Amino acid sequence: MSALLEIEDVTMRFGGLCAISNCRMTVPAGITHGIIGPNGAGKTTLFNLITGIYRPTEGIIRYKGRKISGQRPSRIALEGIGRTFQNIRIFKSLTVLENVRIAYDSQLRYGPMESLMRVGRYGRAEDESIARSMELLEHFGLSGFASIPASGLSYGSQRRLEIARALALKPALLLLDEPAAGMNTGETSALTEFLRDIRDHFQVTMILIEHHMHLVMNLCDKITVLDFGRVIADGTPAEIRANPRVIEAYLGESTE
Amino acid sequence: MAYFAQQAVNAISLGFLYALIALGYTMVYGVLTMINFAHGDLFMLGAFICLLLVTFSPIALPFPILLVLVMLIIGGLGGLIERLAYRPLRDAPRVSAVITALGCGLVISNTTLSISPYSRAMPEVFNDQYFNVFGVGISTLQMLIIGVSLALMIGLDALIQKSRFGMALRAVAFDARSAPLMGISVNRIISLTFLIGTGLGGAAGMLYGMAFPVISASMGVLVGWKAFIAAVIGGIGNIRGAVLGGFILGTVEIFSVATLPSTYRDLISYSLLLVILIFKPYGILGRAPNIKV
Repeated sequence: MSALLEIEDVTMRFGGLCAISNCRMTVPAGITHGIIGPNGAGKTTLFNLITGIYRPTEGIIRYKGRKISGQRPSRIALEGIGRTFQNIRIFKSLTVLENVRIAYDSQLRYGPMESLMRVGRYGRAEDESIARSMELLEHFGLSGFASIPASGLSYGSQRRLEIARALALKPALLLLDEPAAGMNTGETSALTEFLRDIRDHFQVTMILIEHHMHLVMNLCDKITVLDFGRVIADGTPAEIRANPRVIEAYLGESTE
Repeated sequence: MAYFAQQAVNAISLGFLYALIALGYTMVYGVLTMINFAHGDLFMLGAFICLLLVTFSPIALPFPILLVLVMLIIGGLGGLIERLAYRPLRDAPRVSAVITALGCGLVISNTTLSISPYSRAMPEVFNDQYFNVFGVGISTLQMLIIGVSLALMIGLDALIQKSRFGMALRAVAFDARSAPLMGISVNRIISLTFLIGTGLGGAAGMLYGMAFPVISASMGVLVGWKAFIAAVIGGIGNIRGAVLGGFILGTVEIFSVATLPSTYRDLISYSLLLVILIFKPYGILGRAPNIKV
């Protein structure tokens, strides 16, 4: 089986600024892959490239062997790539249940007329959509809040909702942008267990951007280090920890 | 008392018409934060399409069929304008899109003017009858306007609150940049929004033309502006606000004409806009936008 995600010599320029240069990265199915690097290293840009928000200036991104770079974000999402954001971006004006349903429903195939008329296939699909979305909320301990507006959730619950929403796309690949942002040490270790559970329960390959080294080192099978848009190291957590370039550029005095 | 009740009936039917048109402004604003200034002219075209259909149809079309045809034609045209004129400017500064909308409106009204330079009489679509209910006169047409508008609004509300399209519409309105990452095709949602919003405007044009049966190419200007005011008073982007704004404006107009010289009518409605905006800058049901961090 070929890799799930292949990033081949991708470069992204914004005017004169080169946010990502000649990035190569291969993520096999089933692993958890960490991306670390200082602020401004291009980590989120990489996520935006994978999800189609940006089109690479050069290079190709393949998912399940098919080229996805250049496709519209909604198509890429439906191919099976879900993501969360550094600053939570749930639809706060929608209910908790609707947030999940919207991702679940976008995969259903029926025309606008059917959805206007509420006939046949639509009625059953709707029941199924609600049932499956509730299951997902149940798993995340959010089913009790299903009918309240998402803005009413606590910060931690909003984070969980955002992950649930991404999983409602039934993705094979889940991109998490700083899931531990704004969490203390205790919350972060709980999050580590939580993410491990998601990986096992939903059989999903994860790429996560994170600054909490403890989480990254504990959870990830492979790590890529970015600095100024370049991949400066690639390897297992042990290899990364021992890499002098990484220590110089990033880890330095900040971790264990 | 009967006089008051009579004016109330008039105010309600006018309020419903303003509300139907205001919905189109507010729906488009909700998803694109753009004012579709061609909306008033599409409203006018709704009346003319109805006139054309009645005049040239070989068989007498019943009212429901006419209404659906007018809504589909105007809605389709609204969708087409979005596709051809607004979509290429989606990422341009908002003012460019607004100017384009004004331009589209002028093209529509002037094309109509070149084909029909004079006002036209709207033919009678059905035999209008007048009922006397406890001393208050109400016509079949008024009942129809109220009934049809009410049905369309309830339908729209259900569509937005309950349907898959409605959820996606609200998601796009909240955050159009992250919605595609949930698999939502933003273009499709925006096209449907225009189709529905301008379709409602077309329906309002037809009903308005039936109620005030002299139609002209310029009729969309003033009514369009007023419906826009109604949308802003209610809180633009807010569906229920548009309906509320329509009613407030309809009521104020009818009662100012009933009690004051009729030339004061527009002075009073525009003053009302100013006063409401001073105290409620986002409209009655509108909320200040969240500051993004």
